[in-house]
Amino acid sequence: MAATKIHAIYTDDDLLMQAVKQTRAANYHISEVFTPFPVHGLDHAVGLAPTRIAITSFLYGLVGLAVAMAMMNYMMIDDWPQNIGGKPSFTFYQNMPTFIPIMFELTVFFAGHLMVITFYMRSKLWPFKKAENPDPRTTDDRFLMEVDADNHDVEKLSKFLYDTGASEISLIENEHDH
Amino acid sequence: MYTLPTKLKLFSIILMVLGLVGIIFGFLTTPKTIDDVRKIMAEQESHHGEGHAVDGQDGADTANFVDEARGEEGYSGAAMEHATDLKAEGHGAASHEEHVLHQLQTRPWSATFVAAFFFMMIALGVLVFYAIQFASQAGWSPVLYRIMEGITAYLLPGSVIVFLIVVFAGTHFYPWQDHELVAGDKILQDKSGYLNFPFFLIRGVIYILGWNLYRYFSRRNSLAQAGANNYDHYRKNFKASVFFLIFFLVTEATMSWDWFMSMTPHWYSTLFAWYIFATMFVSGITVIALVTIHLKGLGLIPFVSDKHLHDLGKYIFAFSIFWTYLWFGQFMLIWYANIPEEVTYFIIRIQEYQGLFFGMLILNFVFPILVLMNSDYKRIPWFVVIAAVFVLVGHYIDVFLLVMPSTVGHNWSFGIPEIAALLFFMGLFIFVVGMGLGKVSLKPENDPFIKESENYHF
Repeated sequence: MAATKIHAIYTDDDLLMQAVKQTRAANYHISEVFTPFPVHGLDHAVGLAPTRIAITSFLYGLVGLAVAMAMMNYMMIDDWPQNIGGKPSFTFYQNMPTFIPIMFELTVFFAGHLMVITFYMRSKLWPFKKAENPDPRTTDDRFLMEVDADNHDVEKLSKFLYDTGASEISLIENEHDH
Repeated sequence: MYTLPTKLKLFSIILMVLGLVGIIFGFLTTPKTIDDVRKIMAEQESHHGEGHAVDGQDGADTANFVDEARGEEGYSGAAMEHATDLKAEGHGAASHEEHVLHQLQTRPWSATFVAAFFFMMIALGVLVFYAIQFASQAGWSPVLYRIMEGITAYLLPGSVIVFLIVVFAGTHFYPWQDHELVAGDKILQDKSGYLNFPFFLIRGVIYILGWNLYRYFSRRNSLAQAGANNYDHYRKNFKASVFFLIFFLVTEATMSWDWFMSMTPHWYSTLFAWYIFATMFVSGITVIALVTIHLKGLGLIPFVSDKHLHDLGKYIFAFSIFWTYLWFGQFMLIWYANIPEEVTYFIIRIQEYQGLFFGMLILNFVFPILVLMNSDYKRIPWFVVIAAVFVLVGHYIDVFLLVMPSTVGHNWSFGIPEIAALLFFMGLFIFVVGMGLGKVSLKPENDPFIKESENYHF
């Protein structure tokens, strides 16, 4: 983990986008960007890999579908195949139309909820979590770009960031670096 | 500017000629008398006598049950015989043969109607999509307006042909036009306030007039907008589209009652109109995607990007699911309650058309959902083409299953009349749409949203 970082604060998302592009072009490493709202195209500009959460969701949906089918096949066909209102409970396929609403709902339920839980786990979000906000203004109207300064000349980097339009630049020494 | 490639033009003309020959052949080779029917039945008997006997036994139970319930409800014997022809032996051999003769004579009519309606509904579905783009002031789609207008060029010839078939089919399609049958049937007498020929004719005229007038004026306004320096024509189109959508919503519902549901006049379903709408809408969008890919491949529309294709792919995906939702909504409710007067519709489709009936679900639901789920795939033209072919074949089968079981019953097959009609209308469709695309520049200049549409990305 980098010991020293530079926090550059911007007042506008267009300015931030420009700064991100310039900083990356100059081969400085951006470790984090804080914004008060989603900035369209920022992930692409910072060079983040595309998310795979949709793929997990699809797989969770398949799990939900399998659970629904196994559950109803066991309960309605295998375990206690009663005649309920003349519905054909001889095989799963003969009685399938009645099962489809549940199969659909469980597919959506698993896909949705497990995807959200995956999102929380991967982004390390939970109740009572200590907020990792370097500057409270970034939740309101400021944009903060955090650049590693370890192997760079701090003076030169500050000058560079100032030229990209940063309104405040501060050097952060990382205290609990262990 | 697009001109229909000479090879494609020749191809469409060949299709039309072949198709026309086949259609005429279909009409000429229908059996004329009961003796012909006896000969055909004897042939069939010798081919697969065993299998048929078992089939008949299976169907007999259901038919008995259904007929009994219908009898209690005051259905006439003659009407029952027409509605479900599952128990061949029951009605006496002579009347059965007469019945088979009627169905065999109906077959070329049905074959022609299925194909004619299939291509007409594509043009109509595109027209509705077009109207929705105007009414919702969509920012992504104006680059596709000329393509949609080109496809809806088919609406005029297509809807006139469909109208003529519907009007002249008479009792081939619509048992309520048979006065003898109505005289002995309480249900049909009660419905005669709506299901009578003059009113049927007037309604049909109103539908095709309304749809074609909107098509004519919106196309004219859209072209006039290209040369104008204000947005008056656009505003007119906006208003026309809103009113067309209201008009369409009503006429589409009554159209599907008139032209499809009244083929089995004892049966009714509330969801039916929306179900047919879903079929036409998804087929229309699919054809927009296909034509866009064709034009893009020729390099004629550089202002259309893969982002637009992505959006069309999403529409195909979403409306395939919507269609399935309505199909299942209709099927499951009727299957679950199993009320005799409703369930006959599905009994004949499942017993006599099982492969097609469930196969179409795979084509219309499973394939599109798997092929088009990944968002990267929706931008790859050949992937969209594959999904589009599945969807179009599936929805042809869908229309086939709306018409055939109600008109020719178990005497169906997929032979020369069906293939010929499909070829003829495909040829006509390619020819008319190609000509419709060709007359003007493919870029709708001066549209208020064209700039946004060109720069569209997400």
